[in-house]
Amino acid sequence: MIDNQKKLAELATDLNGRSKPPIVIQVSMGTCGIAAGTTPVLEKFKEEIANKGVGDDFEIVETGCMGLCHSEPTIRVIDTVTGDTMLYGNVNPESVEHIIARKAPKPIAGINTIEKSWYYPEDEKDEFDSLQAKIVLRNTGKVNPEKIDDYIARKGYEAMATALTGMEAEEVIDVITASGLRGRGGGGFPTGKKWSFAAAQKSEVKYMICNADEGDPGAFMDRAVLEGDPHSVLEAMTIAGYAVGANHGIVYIRAEYPLAIKRLELAIDQARTLGLLGKNILGSGFDFDIELKFGAGAFVCGEETALIHSIEGKRGEPTFKPPFPAVSGLWGKPTIVNNVETYANMPAIIRKGADWFRGIGTERTPGTKVFALAGKVDKVGLVEVPMGTSMKDIIFELGGGIRGGKEFKAVQTGGPSGGCIKAENLDTPIEYETLIELGSMMGSGGMIVMDEDDCMVNIAKFFLDFTVDESCGKCTPCRIGNKRLHEMLTKICDGVADMNTFDKLKALAVTIKDTALCGLGQTSPNPVLSTIANFEDEYLAHINDKKCPSGVCKNLISFTINENCVGCTMCARQCPVDCISGSAKQPHVIDQDKCIKCGLCYQSCKFHAIDRH
Amino acid sequence: MLTLTINSTKLEVPEETTILEAAAKLEIKIPTLCHVAIDCLNIEHKTGSCRICVVEVEGRRNLAPACCTPVMEGMVVKTNSLRAINARRTMLDLLLSDHPKECLTCEKNGNCQLQDLASEFDLHHLLYTGEQSIYPIDLANKSIVRDLNKCIMCRRCEVACNEVQTVGVLSAVGRGFEAVVGPCAMLPLHETKCTFCGQCVSTCPVGALTAVSYKYPVWQALNDSSKTVVVQTAPAVRVAIGECFGMEPGAVGTGKLVTALRMLGFDAVFDTDFAADLTIMEETTEFVKRLKDNKNLPILTSCCPAWVKFFEHQFPELMYMPSTAKSPQQMFGAIAKSYYAEKLGKKAEDITVVSIMPCLAKKYEAAREEFSDNGVRDVDIVISTRELADMLKEAGIIFESLEDSDYDSPLGESTGAGIIFGASGGVIEAALRTAADWLSGEDLEDIDFKAVRGLEGVKEATVNVAGTELKAAITSGLGNARKVLEKIQKGEATYHIIEIMACPGGCLNGGGQPYVGDSDDTLEKRKKAIYQIDMDKKIRKSHQNPDIVKLYDEFLDEPGSHKAHELLHTSYTPRKDI
Repeated sequence: MIDNQKKLAELATDLNGRSKPPIVIQVSMGTCGIAAGTTPVLEKFKEEIANKGVGDDFEIVETGCMGLCHSEPTIRVIDTVTGDTMLYGNVNPESVEHIIARKAPKPIAGINTIEKSWYYPEDEKDEFDSLQAKIVLRNTGKVNPEKIDDYIARKGYEAMATALTGMEAEEVIDVITASGLRGRGGGGFPTGKKWSFAAAQKSEVKYMICNADEGDPGAFMDRAVLEGDPHSVLEAMTIAGYAVGANHGIVYIRAEYPLAIKRLELAIDQARTLGLLGKNILGSGFDFDIELKFGAGAFVCGEETALIHSIEGKRGEPTFKPPFPAVSGLWGKPTIVNNVETYANMPAIIRKGADWFRGIGTERTPGTKVFALAGKVDKVGLVEVPMGTSMKDIIFELGGGIRGGKEFKAVQTGGPSGGCIKAENLDTPIEYETLIELGSMMGSGGMIVMDEDDCMVNIAKFFLDFTVDESCGKCTPCRIGNKRLHEMLTKICDGVADMNTFDKLKALAVTIKDTALCGLGQTSPNPVLSTIANFEDEYLAHINDKKCPSGVCKNLISFTINENCVGCTMCARQCPVDCISGSAKQPHVIDQDKCIKCGLCYQSCKFHAIDRH
Repeated sequence: MLTLTINSTKLEVPEETTILEAAAKLEIKIPTLCHVAIDCLNIEHKTGSCRICVVEVEGRRNLAPACCTPVMEGMVVKTNSLRAINARRTMLDLLLSDHPKECLTCEKNGNCQLQDLASEFDLHHLLYTGEQSIYPIDLANKSIVRDLNKCIMCRRCEVACNEVQTVGVLSAVGRGFEAVVGPCAMLPLHETKCTFCGQCVSTCPVGALTAVSYKYPVWQALNDSSKTVVVQTAPAVRVAIGECFGMEPGAVGTGKLVTALRMLGFDAVFDTDFAADLTIMEETTEFVKRLKDNKNLPILTSCCPAWVKFFEHQFPELMYMPSTAKSPQQMFGAIAKSYYAEKLGKKAEDITVVSIMPCLAKKYEAAREEFSDNGVRDVDIVISTRELADMLKEAGIIFESLEDSDYDSPLGESTGAGIIFGASGGVIEAALRTAADWLSGEDLEDIDFKAVRGLEGVKEATVNVAGTELKAAITSGLGNARKVLEKIQKGEATYHIIEIMACPGGCLNGGGQPYVGDSDDTLEKRKKAIYQIDMDKKIRKSHQNPDIVKLYDEFLDEPGSHKAHELLHTSYTPRKDI
């Protein structure tokens, strides 16, 4: 039981003072790592160490995600004497023997090492020599999320102790306000201001909710934090609860995150056991406890009023604001809903102060942002960069550019309701405002890169497909309007639309933005509007020339065989509908009436004998 | 007070006023669809989901729904900017793009708010077309037709069903374009705890929820020369039917109603008010007995079939409380097919009983198994006030110009106690008038129990009846009934007698009445008219109705007799809470 600040500090000192084996091997055991095959690697490490009898030389630490999706399974080897570190990627059980034998963080022939730009900078350093700066992910991929001691050893719960025992509630709000922290769920609303609304409410009961309903396709920032550093969220929620006068915390987490749920449950149990959650925390007189509520996976439940209704057991759909949840939220009580990433920032801000936080990022938007970098980029993964970093740096420096040497076409930020940004705007420093000016938005942090092979009309249709599915159906513009947008986009992709359709598409998209009830509906036309703004020529090619310049839209492409054909018969053998005829060593012909435009012939031909029009 | 500007006119409004309400003060009607506000019943629904009411607010990023956006100091609103008008037209366009274009044959033709808007907006063609939702139509019950193809997702029915009535059958299911309002697992209504109160039908702005029509069976009966076709008219019908013919709400149309029914060809025109008096005889007898025995109190009234079905599903443990007396409609049917048939020298099956009711649940009630004997139903056909108006129009009967005439005898004579059944509080007042006389053994003159009157959802009154303090509660709207019943269950309140009507305000606001919309006035006027008829009656106590006295003398013996029980009482069945 840790019932005062002193005991906490003593425990941290004690934990840090314990001697460590010469080599620590961290194994990335996030969902992504496990899916990529980390478990057999981990088992192999344990087996190898046991077999060789070198247990005293090594410590194996199971961590959360290290953010290196492109190189999973990933492990980090640390020399605890010199402090040298090396990350190995795409590790398999066969690599384990060599790593154990090498006994030092040095390159090993045949095993990938990770570039330095992906290394996690030390979180306590105030200068960042890499493009990345880790505040939110300061512990993720470094600590064992299932051990509270690991968290405490890294100054865990220190901020909570400071806030609860050394600061008035208003002071905590003041620090968060002064830090300029803004909601990382996408809206960018100043967190301190939001808190002050709830703090001003006179109510015996208030709620502090953590929005862990991460629903954007391709976004996994919050999952990484919850799986890799659950205590940072619990600590932050307690601080926030203290600041606004709430004693009840709820993490609303999607049921599709079983590992995050397991680790959160474990973390809550551990914190309760130590008295870091519950009654009279650290002798401060403040009570706070946290429970989990599981979401069923509706995207719209990420919207705070919909989320609250879902917790109440009602249909997860948004309601009009005002009243804002800070005034009347869960069960009609003042409620703060903050996103996982927003919370994960708070302990560091309390520990190191508002000025430190303001020193990172930009004037309007201090701090960092975690992005889930995905799509056609070479190095897919999780990056945390200071606000104001350019998309170019993220995609081309951290992400290593476009896979396969293809040409960059667009980057989509902000999840399914974000917009597509073209090459000439890639130098724009990332901030909430700048992304909105570009017709996109920050969203929760998805960043999907597209290349020359992506048809932008089809991309817009793809995202609309998602919002049409995920709309709750409450308001007319989102329920019917998005459906009509999708139908018009389908017509354009099918080559059966005229300019009148295009005009209606634009007008309706603008009206939906202007009239929809919640954030989902108000932003759902963004992919349409931003692709029209940046890639209008592609729309016009579909409509006027009945061509899909990227060769994606099946109705608008055809395959023919040119004079390069040597009659190897490969294409005819690949064709699933037998529409290619010709004798061996004679030029072949595609029956256009039968062709289903699958493109298998095009991909299989080794002689560039098939043209795609 | 807050100052705002609407279309360049400055005005002051109290805090918490919405833009919609503020605009109304300037005589600007901003169109609405999902919005409902019936102040006198304390019903409000302003979710801002249809977005037909959007207006431009200076400095705001997007358009604001006028129905739920509160006025802020200094707000500058434009209700008719091109941006707002275009957006509203688009909303309507979108709604119509997913709505059948069969207005000419729609039940709600002429009574549809969507149709009205299409006309007001002068929409000549639709910009947006595409897939339309297709749902099977629920025609399986006796009262309500659910045609979700016409649903515009305003969710007003949901508010009526869940918040006002707390029945809990209708809620949104599905997502996005597939979102629609329906019962759990999209069960047909008759397999749910739906009470058929019809409040969803009353509030539906389009043709998604309508009443099952029995007009044609009435025409058939009227043209069947082998049958004696008699009709009964419920108390609340006469104060509302005139509205369908351009008459003022609350205009009393009793005499015209009788004339019109006779013109349609009914063999005898009778009054449910007569049966209401009969109900009082039986129910008050039961009440006085329970009071004397001090057992099974409070007694709950049982004339409302939606309320009966409500407690069968949701309060089966309180089943001993409701009176076993049948409703006036069913008592009428039972008497018409026995006493009256005997008088005519006919068999029960030779008589067809038609009811004109302000109610949709009455259609369901008449079809309940216990209300038929060897396949002969007590009441054969039930049509609503609206359906009767339609029939009169079809028959070319100019209702508003008709001469008055009187009900036929013997089932047409009624007292003031019978008519007030049509308003919330009426049944209890009628019962108290009789109980007071019976308990005191006098013919009391002070019979206006005004404390029990009014449209409020829950009324409580302590009345001195022959030296006994009787605690009465009167609730209308099933949500209010639930509150009172839960109080009783928790032991927080005790009463001797409780009147419960399913529809807020009582039968005068029944699901079969002419559509009220947001007009407060109408209900007040209907209520006043009912009490005026009561005041104008020479006899105002049920037990003094000479034809009732005669009925007991000649046929039933005495209230609560064996024969009365056989014909005039019923039993209840516990039902599933789904």
